[in-house]
Amino acid sequence: MKTLNRRDFAVDLGLALAAAILLPATTARADDMEVHIDNFVFQPAELKIKVGTTVTWSNRDDIPHTVVSAGKFRSKTLDTDDKFSFTFTNAGDYKYFCSLHPHMTGMIKVE
Amino acid sequence: MSGHDHGDDGLSRRKVLECMTWAGTGVLWTITGGVPRSLGIIDSAQAATAAAPGMTFLQISDSHVGFDKPANPNALGTLEEAINKINAMPVKPSFMIHTGDITHLSKAAEFDNADRIISQSKLDVHYVPGEHDFLDEEVKFYRERYGRGTKGAGWYSFDAGGVHFIGLVNVVDLKAGGLGNLGADQLAWLEDDLRGKSKSTPIVLFAHIPLWTVYPEWGWGTEDGGRALEYVKSFGSVTVLNGHIHQVMQKVEGNVTFHTARSTAFPQPAPGAAPSPGPMKVEDAKLRAMLGVASVNFKQNEQRLAIIDTPLQG
Repeated sequence: MKTLNRRDFAVDLGLALAAAILLPATTARADDMEVHIDNFVFQPAELKIKVGTTVTWSNRDDIPHTVVSAGKFRSKTLDTDDKFSFTFTNAGDYKYFCSLHPHMTGMIKVE
Repeated sequence: MSGHDHGDDGLSRRKVLECMTWAGTGVLWTITGGVPRSLGIIDSAQAATAAAPGMTFLQISDSHVGFDKPANPNALGTLEEAINKINAMPVKPSFMIHTGDITHLSKAAEFDNADRIISQSKLDVHYVPGEHDFLDEEVKFYRERYGRGTKGAGWYSFDAGGVHFIGLVNVVDLKAGGLGNLGADQLAWLEDDLRGKSKSTPIVLFAHIPLWTVYPEWGWGTEDGGRALEYVKSFGSVTVLNGHIHQVMQKVEGNVTFHTARSTAFPQPAPGAAPSPGPMKVEDAKLRAMLGVASVNFKQNEQRLAIIDTPLQG
């Protein structure tokens, strides 16, 4: 039993070390932003970000959605829990919508 | 489907259910002179009277094959139940229309499964696409299967039993902030298709998203649907059949009757009754009362139609 416990501890320690190593990478992306799709709504509907920021949309509905900004970006169909990311390298206002449910609209303002 | 036991009243409830035939569970609407009149829950004798003369066709909608979320983990199973109901009808319908969202995610396997079940009806099926049928990368699966002989994104017309049927597509090229969309090309084709038709020809328009504005806050309407209705309103009998909203809704304006069919997959809330139009989770025992098919009967020379909405159960 003791040996087993020690081995478990070693595994835990290994995981803790792995987490510690991954942490800097995570904090380096702290500026990155998320938009959730809940109840056929982009939340937040408007987002202000700096050039170079990556925005990740995630679909939490039981219905597929898309994220489309004419001529700028277009996601594949996002089923439940699917994500789509886009890095904004130019300043400007990016209006976007869901091409399946066009009453769903949003805006990314890049400064 | 047998009734559910509800404790002390279980026996009587079961008895009632035993007395209901498949046709007897529908609500019969007759439209005479443009005024709808509900005859309430019909019995099988009335249903037989309604279905006997003229032509009867079926509407099935929103089968969402591939959907497996809590609102209905087995959408393929409830589609099969609907087809079994159709096969058990006392009078075989002339054909069937499917008003879109055949699949949930436009996967080839979903289309194949849908076809495997629907073909068990051994009826000709006239399809129009829903937005869920155009989700594959190349947007080709629907067109390969159902697009033959159609125009544009899949619109077409045909004649049956003296009625002119027009299948429209209002789920492509949707504009940000807008509703369903027919587009200039399709409207021009529609105007041309109707040119020279006798005004006494009964017209059936069918499309996925309602052609009338049901609830724009949820996108339940068609931006340029009014244009299509302008072209048909001079005809003596016009019936507009849609799906998309997964519930029965009916409206009559002059000679035009608007009707939406239930889904065979999952119900959606009444307009504004929930935070979103997403799939509505109901008690398992209530699900089949909110799914179903519609049967439409035309009698020649009467300009009158009867639409019977039949749930899968109860």
